[in-house]
Amino acid sequence: MIDVLAKIFTYPFWVALLAATVPYAMAALGGSTSERSGVINIALEGKLVTGAFCASVGAFYGGSVYVGVLAGIAGGAAVAALYALIVIRFRADQIVAGVAINMMAYGLTRFLLKISFPDLKSTQNSPDHASFGHGVFANPVFWLAVVCVVGVTIMITRTPFGLRVRAVGDHPEAADTLGVSVNRIRWMAVLLAGMLAGLGGAWLSLDLGKFVAEMSGGRGYIALAAVIMGRWRPLAAVAACLMFGFAETLMVEMKNADVGVPNELVEMFPYLLTMVTLAGFLGAARAPRALGKPYR
Amino acid sequence: MALGSVLIIAAQQSPARVYWTMISRTWGSAYGLGEVLHRATPLIFTGLSVAIAFRAGLFNIGAEGQMVAGSMAAALVGGSLPGATPMVVALPCCLVAAMAAGGVAGAVPGVLKARFGAHEVINTIMLNFIIASLVLWLGNRFFFASETTHTAPIIAAAQLPRFGLSGSNANASLVVALLAAGAVWYLFARTRTGYEWRVVGHNPAAAEAGGISVAGAIIGSMAVSGAVAGLVGANNVLGYKHYFENGYGAGVGFMGTAVALVGRNHPAGIVAAALLFGTLSHGGLEVSRYVAKELVDVLQAVIILALIASSAEVRRLQQRGPA
Repeated sequence: MIDVLAKIFTYPFWVALLAATVPYAMAALGGSTSERSGVINIALEGKLVTGAFCASVGAFYGGSVYVGVLAGIAGGAAVAALYALIVIRFRADQIVAGVAINMMAYGLTRFLLKISFPDLKSTQNSPDHASFGHGVFANPVFWLAVVCVVGVTIMITRTPFGLRVRAVGDHPEAADTLGVSVNRIRWMAVLLAGMLAGLGGAWLSLDLGKFVAEMSGGRGYIALAAVIMGRWRPLAAVAACLMFGFAETLMVEMKNADVGVPNELVEMFPYLLTMVTLAGFLGAARAPRALGKPYR
Repeated sequence: MALGSVLIIAAQQSPARVYWTMISRTWGSAYGLGEVLHRATPLIFTGLSVAIAFRAGLFNIGAEGQMVAGSMAAALVGGSLPGATPMVVALPCCLVAAMAAGGVAGAVPGVLKARFGAHEVINTIMLNFIIASLVLWLGNRFFFASETTHTAPIIAAAQLPRFGLSGSNANASLVVALLAAGAVWYLFARTRTGYEWRVVGHNPAAAEAGGISVAGAIIGSMAVSGAVAGLVGANNVLGYKHYFENGYGAGVGFMGTAVALVGRNHPAGIVAAALLFGTLSHGGLEVSRYVAKELVDVLQAVIILALIASSAEVRRLQQRGPA
């Protein structure tokens, strides 16, 4: 146990932590963007898993990690477009639609996996992050993620577009009166969220070098908890994701070290942490006022 | 259905043959009918579970975990009772155990919501993962027969009888499910508690002002919602497997969302919707020689999406009134 705790202060642990944080952070960035515009995003999980699948297939057939990343982003955007169509255009309930989209994404990726690679339980090994050399700092995709964190934060808090996103999430009628097209801004926010979550999913499968069914493992939901914990501020949400990255890395270390705690219980750790922090941190959090309400 | 056809063609099969097989192998024979009922039964429980929470303004996405907790509890109690226990004692014990375990699993997010304002959607989902790990650990450590992922069998007196129907797996848990549907109807239509929960669901502020304990309604409705989901153990354990098997029936909890939605959160509608999805589920199994069963999951999700999108659209047109 002491050995594992000592590892926390080593360089490889922190590198692994950053790598583990990327999918959470990308999904949470997307989540805060879309929720700031007033659209709840339970569907993050489905975007992650779709992004992971598309990235793996893209990297395999395209022969490069970059093709994979682009495919992952496109996959996330495609799911987001379907989600936006249903909840913005058709004004369906956002939570039910999100749960259904996740079911569909899980089923569809499993189905496509089965018909494309019938003999394997995963996709064919594709070019992966290891092709950039060791560690996240040598990986351009990691730096792309960092750029996304900075870029989205600035976009939400410092640009006219970000102001409009926040306006349609807090008071759509007022924004509408001032000539802002509420649903167009929401479409853009949801699509952006899909692209970000798709990138997060791409990271998952490219990190492993292949896609395994349901490999997102609830990270989309945890990212949503991070959004709430960060009180809908992108940078704070990413900070919360660092905590979940820490939990995941520690979990892996504890499993590898066989510290006497059963693996099944170690696996509960990130989920328990989510519940505890959600109960403890929430306090006076204020959600965007029009969150979850369709507009005209 | 059109999208389903596209996907079937993508899998290089004839849509007509697949749909025909689905219909003839379900409602076309006694065995098929029995299997449909067998698959509809747990869906009635999870559909009711989701509906109970929904009526009180809450989303219970945790039926999946609650039913696992209930199934495990039913199997453990059923397996540890003395072999000579009469049926009138053994069955209620198992059912109560299933409800208690599911109820606790449901009450936890209820308390977190009422006490800390933590969102029940995230917490119920987290609990699904936690319960899955916990049950696996308990099983591996204490209860599973060695080299397997299932518990010892329950005693004969705790088993719910099968209906026959050409050897299909339909069993008396369907009666339990219909009783539960009746009880839920009575709860919301005829009792004070049910009324209070509905008020909290519609307008928590008004409920509070009217002297209703909002926290009590949240915790109570989530506990009952979880207890009903726990009853899935009646079908899967007491009526069918006669032991708890890890992973058996996975997905039924999530399907409860669809069942409740299609059934418009009304008990009678839920029973009908459960039959529809039971047909899809067994039909999907029958056609799995032609198309992967994953496709059925996709089809079910597509049905939900089409349904909520169209119902919202209809509502909008109605609001607009005659042109």
